[in-house]
Amino acid sequence: MTQVLSRRSFLASSAGLVIGMTLPLAARAQSGAAAAFQSGAIDEASFAPNAFVRVAPDDTVTVIIKHIEFGQGPFTGLATLVAEEMDADWGQMRAENAPANDELYKNLAFGMQGTGGSTAMANSYMQMRKAGAAARAMLVAAAAEEWGVPESEITISKGEISHGSGKSSGFGALAEKAAGMTPPEDPPVKSVDQFVLIGTDLPKLDTRAKSTGTAIFTMDVYREGMLTVVVAHPPKFGATVGSYDDSAVLDVPGVQAVRQIPQGVAVYATSTHAALKGREALKVEWDDSAAEKRSSAAIFEAFSKAASEGGKDAEVLGDGAAGIDGAAQVIEAEFRFPYLAHAPMEPLDGVIEVREDGAEVWMGSQFPALDKPTIVQTLGLSPESVQLNVMLAGGSFGRRAQDTAHFAGELAEVAKAAGAPGSFKLVWTREDDLHGGYYRPLTVHKMRAGLDADGKLTGWEDVVANQSIMAGGPMAQMMQDGMDPTSYEGSTKMPYELGNLRVGWAAQESPVSVLWWRSVGHTHTGYATEVFLDMVLEAQGKDPVQGRLDLIREDAARDRGVLEKVAEMAGWDGTKVKGDRAYGVAVHESFETYVAQIAEVSDAGGYPKVHRVWCAVDCGVAVNPNVIRAQMEGGIGFGLGSVLFDEITLGEGGVVQQANFDSYRMLRIHEMPEVMVEIIASDADPTGVGEPGVPPIGPAVANAWRALTGEAVTELPFLTTMEA
Amino acid sequence: MVSFELNGKDVSVDVPEETPLLWVLRDELQMTGTKFGCGIAQCGACTVMLNGMTRRSCVTPVSMVEGSSVTTIEGIDGPEAEAVQAAWEGLDVPQCGWCQSGQVMSATALLMEIPKPSDEDIDNAMAGNICRCATYVRIRKAIHDAADKLEG
Repeated sequence: MTQVLSRRSFLASSAGLVIGMTLPLAARAQSGAAAAFQSGAIDEASFAPNAFVRVAPDDTVTVIIKHIEFGQGPFTGLATLVAEEMDADWGQMRAENAPANDELYKNLAFGMQGTGGSTAMANSYMQMRKAGAAARAMLVAAAAEEWGVPESEITISKGEISHGSGKSSGFGALAEKAAGMTPPEDPPVKSVDQFVLIGTDLPKLDTRAKSTGTAIFTMDVYREGMLTVVVAHPPKFGATVGSYDDSAVLDVPGVQAVRQIPQGVAVYATSTHAALKGREALKVEWDDSAAEKRSSAAIFEAFSKAASEGGKDAEVLGDGAAGIDGAAQVIEAEFRFPYLAHAPMEPLDGVIEVREDGAEVWMGSQFPALDKPTIVQTLGLSPESVQLNVMLAGGSFGRRAQDTAHFAGELAEVAKAAGAPGSFKLVWTREDDLHGGYYRPLTVHKMRAGLDADGKLTGWEDVVANQSIMAGGPMAQMMQDGMDPTSYEGSTKMPYELGNLRVGWAAQESPVSVLWWRSVGHTHTGYATEVFLDMVLEAQGKDPVQGRLDLIREDAARDRGVLEKVAEMAGWDGTKVKGDRAYGVAVHESFETYVAQIAEVSDAGGYPKVHRVWCAVDCGVAVNPNVIRAQMEGGIGFGLGSVLFDEITLGEGGVVQQANFDSYRMLRIHEMPEVMVEIIASDADPTGVGEPGVPPIGPAVANAWRALTGEAVTELPFLTTMEA
Repeated sequence: MVSFELNGKDVSVDVPEETPLLWVLRDELQMTGTKFGCGIAQCGACTVMLNGMTRRSCVTPVSMVEGSSVTTIEGIDGPEAEAVQAAWEGLDVPQCGWCQSGQVMSATALLMEIPKPSDEDIDNAMAGNICRCATYVRIRKAIHDAADKLEG
């Protein structure tokens, strides 16, 4: 998700912040579906002051979480905001997924229900606190009336409501009375210095279920008479079904039916094993006439040529690229980034139950606002008759944030093609996932910088060539002048004063589908800019840390803050190589969160071994430092694995060459560095942490590797460069 | 018909004998704690114990477990399992959670074999379990914590 968009729509929509709204009965019934997540208190809730808070007679407070939980922590983070303002005890807090309901549960940064762009905390921060404050005010009013004392004399601490007279009560006993109180229009919230829970390492609400195998994900949903469905998709992007022969498929025990759908050929069976066996027996002739037949190598050549032609202006400062003309020394590099699959551990899956009067759906829907209408339209049902239950998801990293709702569409087509009511579980295997497209866009950066005779920077140019994520989908309407900022975000608006600067974008096209991949454009811009800058500083004979600090603009205090902090943490003294270890630094802001990292690297037989990583992060108020540290650790591991090992490549003819984790290699425990995280103390409104830990690790490692070996890695992954 | 002991109880299933144990557990017995991640024994999300040893259920034909004892995340117990799960909670190891049943199974098996594992022991025992969220820093620490707790 682009910052430009989210900032703009946040401003537009935040005025409409809805507080104290009464929960319609229909929505209340729906929320029971998410009871996948224990608690069970919801249906007995006697006090539901708004769409987000339920208080049950047993004192439990359940927060309805409008953002999907797939490890980044909204269950815990958003519940913390409510608990803080209610003065609840952490032990009484529970969290449940909100169902699809665009009216009640929209992301205030998007104007629709959805999760992405590391916006969950940022857009919920005031909304959830207001929801908690409203609940608190109603409990106080109830206690005052019950006890016949002024509201002003009532205090709440750790879930205990009390009065100086000695009267006290938990939330549950007063819940029914509180439900009869008028919700306050605009309840006051605490100031930062009054926080009790925010800023502490509260235990995560979903840890226990996830440590004992009891957490329920989409794939764990089993319905009476349910059939499992797998789909044979075309091996080339843009191909379609020509003809198929299912004669051997129907002989497989357990297979019930074979149907052609727009996405391919679907096999329906009574078990997953039978469905997979059935698909193996299927013969399909594909029509490749509109398919992408280029190999990755050919695509790289085409994109490289387009980048050489300069593209359209994305940002021009001073004299732009003209500043490089006539420079005493010109430094150049071409960076190449492959397609990347997200490969969430739970592959894409969904369950749909079609009944005579409607349908119920279970899926890890990241954009319910888009997935539900797609199902409604495909099946020709009314929105009211379709219930979409948002489930816990086994990772996403952007993969479930589908602007085209392609998976919900396939799920609905599967149900539609069945031709009769029933329950269907659509499962993508790992091979379907890795062959299935929606990759981080293959990208080329052509970088140039000029130095004058004194080694002073005269100009900087960065031309990006890649496919737009937004073009061609519903987000295309948000593009201005044909520009998609997610293609080059991070190359523009750098924190450095580089004088003359030009960022260009050469938009490319291909039938290969592309999508946001954890930190989106920053996955490549962070690498290209921070490695190239390091090369420029080296040419200037400058220290990587001090050189950056000298370039950081006056108004970029938070970039400066994290860089200074990480240098202090790592004991940076200007020595890039100590013994067999080398040190590299990178700093990069994404989604308004600032992260700097220093990586310690050695040469393990021609390959980099990363031993330790120091990480400083500034994300405003640290709502839950434990979750923030976890996201930095995880982001570092996720980013490191991708730069070292990962690429999805199209071979001759356009067929994907990777199939599973044997050929698309994940970082494993022995390859994970030690990670030290420090969080900058801040009173600024919180920003997200799911993505921003990713961009700096690649360039930090690359810069250390160059210091150690002299080799600049400009073609990712490292493995490709090492084995070239 | 294949019969085996699952979490201490006798079960029988009528499925083709080549059916992977993973899908028998999930589709036939609705034991959903054991997860599907790759289907080719590369990720460890489907790890169970077969006669006390870790086993990737996605590549184990159900016929192979005839008469054997299978333990899944739902049935795991004993001091090592309790220490591992307590350490997992203490450090908030899971993020998305999908791989964690397998991680807990492998970590428990490690402690049953090596009560005080070194970092290298942990690497060797856990390298078969992928965590896409990269919770590895905490997995390592949690195993050490569990070992310390068991040592008392």
